[in-house]
Amino acid sequence: MNTLFDKIWDAHVVTAVQDGPTQLYIDRHFCHEVTSPQAFDGLRKRGLKVFRPEKTTCSPDHNIPTLNQEKPIEDPISRFQVETLTKNATEFGVTLWGLGHKKNGIIHVVGPENGLTRPGMTIVCGDSHTSTHGAFGSIAFGIGTSEVEMVLASQCILQPKPKTMRINIEGKLGAGVTAKDLALYIISKQTTGGATGYFVEYAGEAIRSMSMEERMTVCNLSIEMGARGGMIAPDETTFEYVKGREFAPQGEEWDKALAYWKTLKSDDDAVFDREVTYNAADIQPMVTYGTNPGMGMGITENIPTLDTIDDAGKISYVKSLDYMGFQPGEKLEGKAIDYVFLGSCTNGRIEDFRVFANFVKGKKKADSVIVWLVPGSWMVEQQIREEGLDTILTEAGFQLRQPGCSACLAMNEDKVPAGKYAVSTSNRNFEGRQGPGARTILAGPLVAAAAAITGKITDPRKL
Amino acid sequence: MEKFTTLTSTCVPLPIENVDTDQIIPARFLKATTREGFGDNLFADWRYDKSGAPIKEFILNNPTFSGEILVAGKNFGSGSSREHAAWAIAGYGFKVVVSSFFADIFKGNALNNGVLPVVVSEGFLAEMFAAINADAAATVTVNLEEQTITNNANGKTESFDINPYKKGCMLNGFDDIDYLLSNKTLIEAWEQK
Repeated sequence: MNTLFDKIWDAHVVTAVQDGPTQLYIDRHFCHEVTSPQAFDGLRKRGLKVFRPEKTTCSPDHNIPTLNQEKPIEDPISRFQVETLTKNATEFGVTLWGLGHKKNGIIHVVGPENGLTRPGMTIVCGDSHTSTHGAFGSIAFGIGTSEVEMVLASQCILQPKPKTMRINIEGKLGAGVTAKDLALYIISKQTTGGATGYFVEYAGEAIRSMSMEERMTVCNLSIEMGARGGMIAPDETTFEYVKGREFAPQGEEWDKALAYWKTLKSDDDAVFDREVTYNAADIQPMVTYGTNPGMGMGITENIPTLDTIDDAGKISYVKSLDYMGFQPGEKLEGKAIDYVFLGSCTNGRIEDFRVFANFVKGKKKADSVIVWLVPGSWMVEQQIREEGLDTILTEAGFQLRQPGCSACLAMNEDKVPAGKYAVSTSNRNFEGRQGPGARTILAGPLVAAAAAITGKITDPRKL
Repeated sequence: MEKFTTLTSTCVPLPIENVDTDQIIPARFLKATTREGFGDNLFADWRYDKSGAPIKEFILNNPTFSGEILVAGKNFGSGSSREHAAWAIAGYGFKVVVSSFFADIFKGNALNNGVLPVVVSEGFLAEMFAAINADAAATVTVNLEEQTITNNANGKTESFDINPYKKGCMLNGFDDIDYLLSNKTLIEAWEQK
């Protein structure tokens, strides 16, 4: 009568600290340039080595430019941070997929596509969207830099066991509704703090029928409702995806692994601390209107009016709409926008580019809009070319950029100017997230494609 | 890490809900490779205008309010796992953050950097805001040993939760890595399983 979460957690307990957290063994540690330098520095100060260097993989992603990656990074501070990662990886003997490496890309994209992410694992990274990897039926969560140092030093982490929650999505998603819309819908219902303290398992028909890439999008956004992570029980879709990838087990090892992976599901009588159910048919393409991912609505709906907001939240609500330049009760459909961003660890995978390209095929880009199409990795970029999607995009007036986190958090040059509106497939619409003063409307790849064609917030089902 | 036992201080009020980590420390300030200097950019986009001049209305620029306790609205620290947010708060000089609700990762990061996150009830929080607004010299006392917080303006006390292990770390100024390394044999035994 265990949940999927319990089974994986219990299998990784090294010891329970008296009156304290659990010491959990970590199977896979991902690293990028922003949250690791102080951790490596800490090891150096303590005179420590990396305990299990083969279990850490680094890829610079947050700071890297999406043009001219062949040349030295122009911003000296970004360049120094990326170079520091290279220096640390070399000195401590951990794997580095640096700039120019064919495996480079957003760490949450390259882990799965190379077979480093597998069912039953514990996975951490100094990045909140580590929850992405839960799509494979693993316990994956973001950690702070002190914890990065702990994992480097001991391959372990101290964690209080979170509560468990199951979110069931019954029925099938409608035409024109993507995994991103489903996730934004759930967050709008849960609010940004609604799942704090919980680890979420997603279940139900709509989840089961999703591809791995769609599952990653859903799990990726778990953190946006405060959850420590999200996970989906592995099944044939998962096994099919992992099989044959470079670091996936082979031969006898594969058979052994597969037999174990098939046991990874919540027992029929497993009890969750909380359980909620939504109906897939209620979900339409989503957009956000405010400055946190919980402030989302169906694209045909109106922004909630002030009388629906409780007193303690009114200051934040008014501040948020002021920042966005929106009025309570307003409709967003048809509103002109300035930028479109397709990419990030939420929507920068090959399927997102397929969805976008299929939609824009035979149509033309709106002149008024600047569009950044940023693959999540070099492997995605290569697939885009192999599948001829780049030709479709070029014919519609779009240009592909080079992979990286890019305008998701604008640590590189890709910043949305102050006051401008961006329809973004990324994960956060916080104030200034895409550049100081930038106004972000979160959406899925289909809504992004429709906006890129019309220059307005557009319901893709109506085009 | 510095030891923390008790603290009596005036407070800086920030009655905004869902203050996310991108507001605490915007992404463009994450390029440093050390833990120092983040306090200067705490709440940078709320604190300074485009030319870098302080925005008068923002609470950190209001000389009336000061102290080592930051009092914030519900769901403080949501968003990113960036520990830089905790470094910025500690770097600015806050030792305690009080709210009715914290995001998970932020809470852990704060504790790992000697900043105590204190969860109070919404009523207690509202009374704290009222007391500070009525008199900026109003003080609050946080006693970690007793796990209590007292609003000295009205004498009301609430107790707060903290994991006993983390409490011990804070009281003694210990950190987790020493502990983990002391369990090396157990780690190797797990790997052999």
